[in-house]
Amino acid sequence: MSKAWPLWEVFIRSQHGLAHKHVGSLHAPDAEMAINNARDVYTRRNEGLSIWVVRAADIVASSPGDKEPLFEPANSKVYRHPTFFPMPEEIKHM
Amino acid sequence: MDKHLFEYLLRLGDSTLILSQRLSAWCGHGPVLEEDLALTNTALDLLGQARMWLTLAGEVEGAGRDEDQLAYLRDVHEFRNCLLVEQPNGDYGATMARQFLFDTWHYFLLQGLVQSSDERVAAVAAKAIKEVTYHVRRAGDLVVRLGDGTEESHRRMQNAIDAAWRYTGELFVDDEVDLDVAGRGIGVALSGLRAPWLEHVTEVLQEATLEVPEEAQAFMPLLRGGRQGRHSEELGYVLAEMQYLQRAYPGASW
Repeated sequence: MSKAWPLWEVFIRSQHGLAHKHVGSLHAPDAEMAINNARDVYTRRNEGLSIWVVRAADIVASSPGDKEPLFEPANSKVYRHPTFFPMPEEIKHM
Repeated sequence: MDKHLFEYLLRLGDSTLILSQRLSAWCGHGPVLEEDLALTNTALDLLGQARMWLTLAGEVEGAGRDEDQLAYLRDVHEFRNCLLVEQPNGDYGATMARQFLFDTWHYFLLQGLVQSSDERVAAVAAKAIKEVTYHVRRAGDLVVRLGDGTEESHRRMQNAIDAAWRYTGELFVDDEVDLDVAGRGIGVALSGLRAPWLEHVTEVLQEATLEVPEEAQAFMPLLRGGRQGRHSEELGYVLAEMQYLQRAYPGASW
């Protein structure tokens, strides 16, 4: 049975969280059951307010081999990093 | 002592207790990890409900018995659970059929009990109905997927529904306890639950491409009496395992 069940990735927004975070994966026959299963597997202790599930097959990931072309160039350009500015108190969650 | 209310509360507590005990036996044996966790969640929900009902029953009885004494130190004929919940787990289809038919009944029952004139009953029901709303949905989803699955799963699911169906009749037959407690606005008359129960069950079974068994199959007179203390042979085995420790070592705790 489990062979026929696709893999789903689960994202949960926690009680005080602002964004959905990836918490893990599970197997389920369809989206509805994936939500049910995510509820039982990942929110047993009141962790979440909202669940997203997405078929693992629908996620496109960057390749580890592309690390240099994707991320290196930014490192040499300090002007891209706004680290010189003190962050005002009123701005939260940045 | 309010004898009828005590009986009524035992019925609620025992059905949830025995079903929880049955479901717990799946722990580590579920067909997939996700189902294993889901079933044990359900078992724990039901155990929590059983504790509340039995604690309340002990208070109403006023003889100093607490939830533990009621759960672990009563014999078969003193248990008041419906026959459906004591039936063996069987395969996953049988467990899901039992669960779905019970959950649907449980849901409509609790819907009535949240409006109980006894505020303690209403409070327990209000807590339980949140859990049971999810149980019904989940069990129904599983019945649809197994019924509408492979040829093998369809066949097994239909057999499971047919077998469990025979134990559903007593869920809708009121005796003097039900009528008295319902008459005082504390409980719910079971006969009124049949129509909404059948409507929901029929809807789900149709979606699952399964046949709804004939009405007569549910009302065989011999397959009744759990709520009055007349049980199938199955319950003795359940209790033997569940109560062993307290029976062998009275008062043991750890």
